[in-house]
Amino acid sequence: MASGVKPRVKVPKTASAGETITIKTLISHKMESGQRKDDDGNVIPRSIINRFVADFNGQNIIDVTLEPAISTNPYFQFEAIVPESGEFQFTWYDDDGSVYETSKAIEVS
Amino acid sequence: MTRQTRVRAGAAIGVVAGVLAVAAHAGPDDDDLVINGEIEIVTETAAPEHIEHVGTIYSGWRFRSDETQAFQVDDFDNPSMIWVEQAEEVWNTAEGAAGKSCASCHDGSDSMAGVRAVYPKWNEDAGEVRTLEMQINDCRENRMQAETWKYTGGEMVNMVALLSAVSRGIPVNVAIDGPAQSTWEMGKDIYYTRYGQLELSCANCHEDNYGNMIRADHLSQGQINGFPTYRLKNTKLNAVHARFKGCVRDTRAETFAPGSPEFVALELYVASRGNGLSVEGPSVRN
Amino acid sequence: MELTRRNVMLLGSAALAATGLGALPASASLAEDEIAKLTGGAETGAGDLKITAPEIAENGNTVPIDVSAPGAVMVALFADGNPTPAVATIKFGPLNPSHEASTRIRLAETQNVIAIAQMEDGSFQRASAEVKVTIGGCGG
Repeated sequence: MASGVKPRVKVPKTASAGETITIKTLISHKMESGQRKDDDGNVIPRSIINRFVADFNGQNIIDVTLEPAISTNPYFQFEAIVPESGEFQFTWYDDDGSVYETSKAIEVS
Repeated sequence: MTRQTRVRAGAAIGVVAGVLAVAAHAGPDDDDLVINGEIEIVTETAAPEHIEHVGTIYSGWRFRSDETQAFQVDDFDNPSMIWVEQAEEVWNTAEGAAGKSCASCHDGSDSMAGVRAVYPKWNEDAGEVRTLEMQINDCRENRMQAETWKYTGGEMVNMVALLSAVSRGIPVNVAIDGPAQSTWEMGKDIYYTRYGQLELSCANCHEDNYGNMIRADHLSQGQINGFPTYRLKNTKLNAVHARFKGCVRDTRAETFAPGSPEFVALELYVASRGNGLSVEGPSVRN
Repeated sequence: MELTRRNVMLLGSAALAATGLGALPASASLAEDEIAKLTGGAETGAGDLKITAPEIAENGNTVPIDVSAPGAVMVALFADGNPTPAVATIKFGPLNPSHEASTRIRLAETQNVIAIAQMEDGSFQRASAEVKVTIGGCGG
């Protein structure tokens, strides 16, 4: 597992049924592009988050394939419809096989 | 021509040059900064009386593009907060032979609100002007009996970012008189001394030419109220002494070391040029 | 014509264009190759697809962009001046109302950011935005 990787998400705690909400996500990750060289001139191997998925109660909101052109500490902002109370699941997939997950509950009134 | 008018003439030329080059804004823009919809940041105010050649002081935020400015409006969008959160954990974690954490003496990190604003500050017991970094290492060495941190190392810059974050919105107000005065005078001397093969002083860029283009970039007043700063360029938090070092190096000079008496004095002087601006760090710059 | 710096530069680029050297850089066709692979060579029309990016980026390391693709099932982003043009591929799920996303990307130099959206009926839309990437004044 790459060091210092920590997911962060910002989701409202409450919403009304069927409301559209804004979600922001960020994961601390260096996103080594595979284009850089170290001091000895050797290419530093690519090591990135290559996929990000956001679901709500098992239904998909967004599914992103990331390339090395995504900046350090990958950030995504998008919208979601909230049909009922439940849980958002966020998953990031690392080139090294690590999977980082976090979830947020939302109360629909 | 007096120095004052020379500065104004320079700014006017900057406007013309800016339009010709990329039709970008020249000098500070008119935007207001409110962080998280609640922390109002003073990014423009009357210059402190001790500054002779500048009438109004501006945060570096005002010299940045709208896109870069937007990074700082919401803490979630500000990548600095990744490290502020890490520092918050360190704040509450006991370390060293004394078995103490920062919180053991200081309670929550928010109890430090206002501290960033008055540093560098004269320390009576030590008989010297101390930066926040020096004080943090004093705590680590003597109260916690823990290893000191490298002056511009990751742990240190993270902790300074946390202490800045809890002081945001509070006006910078460093003391320059009394026992701090001689250090302040030394810092002022450094500010106006030309260094390096390019023979540039801090003032040549940040007092005479703020608002003008330096290659494709806008020169700010070099205020440090936004430090530590997350730079888009290197995607990490940058300490103020690391920035000083970069500037002096760019004049093609041998630089002073981070934490050296020269940079401590310069930090006090430059901080005092921003007295009245809000503490804004950790900020986002290009 | 008076020989100002600007005019000399204009002359220079005219000469380049005349000799064919001013044509698309190799990397641009690399992006077009990838786009053709994605669309299977199908026509790409304009539509509601919109890409928003700064006209001038203060640093190419972190350029905020926004793509809005109403009615699309998928949108792929390319940067035609990067060593590898692919940037990201975004699929929108059933709980996504706006088919819009913002992210931050790396641009090696001044270039076009191109969005290709695949619509529900299988057709493709294309939109692009040029971003000028500036070089900072100081290395420090």
